[in-house]
Amino acid sequence: MERKIRVLIAKPGLDGHDRGAKVIARALRDAGFEVIYTGIRQTPEQIANAALQEGVDVVGLSCLSGAHNQLFPRVVELLREKGAGDVLVIGGGIIPYDDIPRLKEAGIEEVFQPGTPIEEIVNYIRKRMEERRKEG
Amino acid sequence: MKEDRLREEYRRWESTTLKKALERARERQEVFETTSGIELKRLYMPYDLGEFDYLEELGFPGEYPFTRGVQATMYRGRLWTMRQYSGFATAEETNKRYHYLLKQGQTGLSVAFDLPTQIGYDSDNPLSAGEVGKVGVAIDSLADMEILFDGIPLDKVSTSMTINATAAIILAMYIAVAEKQGVPSEVLRGTIQNDILKEYVARGTYIYPPGPSMRIITDIFAYCKERLPLWNTISISGYHIREAGSTAVQEVAFTLANGIAYVEAAIGAGLDVDSFARRLSFFFGAHNNFLEEIAKFRAARRMWARIMRERFGAKKPASWMLRFHTQTAGCTLTAQQPRNNIIRVTLQALAAVLGGTQSLHTNSWDEALALPTEEAVTIALRTQQIIAYESGVAEVVDPLGGSYCVEALTTEIERRAEEYIRRIDEMGGAPKAIEAGFIQREIADAAYQYQKEIEEKRRIIVGLNEFTVEESPFTEILRISPEVERYQKEKLERVKKERNTARVKETLKRLREAAEGTENLMPHILEAVKAYATLGEIADTLREVFGEHTQLTTII
Repeated sequence: MERKIRVLIAKPGLDGHDRGAKVIARALRDAGFEVIYTGIRQTPEQIANAALQEGVDVVGLSCLSGAHNQLFPRVVELLREKGAGDVLVIGGGIIPYDDIPRLKEAGIEEVFQPGTPIEEIVNYIRKRMEERRKEG
Repeated sequence: MKEDRLREEYRRWESTTLKKALERARERQEVFETTSGIELKRLYMPYDLGEFDYLEELGFPGEYPFTRGVQATMYRGRLWTMRQYSGFATAEETNKRYHYLLKQGQTGLSVAFDLPTQIGYDSDNPLSAGEVGKVGVAIDSLADMEILFDGIPLDKVSTSMTINATAAIILAMYIAVAEKQGVPSEVLRGTIQNDILKEYVARGTYIYPPGPSMRIITDIFAYCKERLPLWNTISISGYHIREAGSTAVQEVAFTLANGIAYVEAAIGAGLDVDSFARRLSFFFGAHNNFLEEIAKFRAARRMWARIMRERFGAKKPASWMLRFHTQTAGCTLTAQQPRNNIIRVTLQALAAVLGGTQSLHTNSWDEALALPTEEAVTIALRTQQIIAYESGVAEVVDPLGGSYCVEALTTEIERRAEEYIRRIDEMGGAPKAIEAGFIQREIADAAYQYQKEIEEKRRIIVGLNEFTVEESPFTEILRISPEVERYQKEKLERVKKERNTARVKETLKRLREAAEGTENLMPHILEAVKAYATLGEIADTLREVFGEHTQLTTII
């Protein structure tokens, strides 16, 4: 049997808006993934550690407070430092369109904006995991 | 019998006119429901109200049970307070926005603080990195607060402040600024949100565990009773519960259950219910379902009146009144075709007015994307002014009172919310229900349900899952410069250099001792604030005594 895709949904920074994070977490679970949710107000260090401990394939970051430019890249940086640079990091929340290129450059591979159908996110993760498996 | 005759006539209509219509064309849906899952009838008849006793259920405006409104003349006397929630970047910039809004005819202030301020971290705390000035104004010390209200006479304006875990500190700063303006605390009017229970379930800016948090709140009640008699000491908030995804029924139920917990805590701390109850205020969201929302506000008012009179034995009519602020529901705004949000906000604001709100914030159309621009805020304010001055709805008290549908919905929301409160009582009250995760689970379930309805197009959101267009990304948004963080840190450093360090240490030491004992914390916080102790220093002093609340990682 194939191992389930493991996803960590995380809330970096001080933002407490986690309706979206929780909905996504549950939808991913219903789509057949194994999902862990960090709860709110996590530092990038805590998130990277949790990703390592749980051995996840994907980290989904959610931020609605506008601190994404500082926090998202930091999570990627820490994952790389800890030798987990192959974890797929994606993000969502209130992210201005103009910020997306910079985030992608920093290693956040996709940024989903408000109103994105969940199916699109599920398909994206599946496709990327499939690609990695083939590469791997 | 008149009712028998009506039922008979209804059956006749059903079997003739209606039947023919349905044979020609089926209805759009098998079942029509509100967001709370209340099934809507095709047509509401007088007898749908059941054993409806007008005097018991509605009464008169300004009288128990206040279903029709808390004032006798409502908006014929004075319009609701138009209060746009606002704050960003630095105290300097936010102060400018306040002067602008007041000049545009806004009638009250509402302060949005940044997350570090709300969670008790100074701008130079590593945990504040990236968050300074982002979702609101950064306040590190009294020096910032002096700038925030520069040129704004605090004896003339009423100020609402969305502040919870650090409410005591911010209120102390407000009192200190007023003092410098020569305004005694006794005349200050405004509100602090100060509602920690909903932070644990929905909003997330908690610091301390529930026990000490409730103590700070009752300390504020007791202090304000003597020193700020016109101040609303708490704004018991359903708004964030709703934004987190609850239904309208849950919003009413969980908010009032939290309200019950605060009243119990205050009584437990030795306060007489009639000595503080009139200063309790509420805050609700105005969501999309127009009729359900109007009914929700009316139901909440009636329920609270009954809770205060019957459950707590409050004797003064002012103690029975549920006075509330409304904000149109931010979660309903779409990033797609964002200008459609102006229409959503208009309908939501109209529901709040028809529901009898005391004050109102209308969201700006660009807020699904960022904090609003000045232009967008102006349209939001104009929306309220158009409802107030052009629509005519402000000319009659509770104009929808007596609508068979609205009254039936009001009664049904009340019934369902009472059922929730009964369950929460059985668990030992709201704090226990929160500890057990019950309220959080109920909200999360409803949020997921709502999202699934959108994904499956059982719920249509215009421009999002229907009537969509290809559009280029919207980029003309308000941006907060990273410079703000640097500037704020510099200001903080300057304050620390110029203040009397010995006095800061002494006031913090005394605060610590008070926290370890049972003395009211407010006078000590005020002394520390006046010595220019920073918000972070004061919050840390209490952290050392009270500890911190944390959320756990969960497997979904």
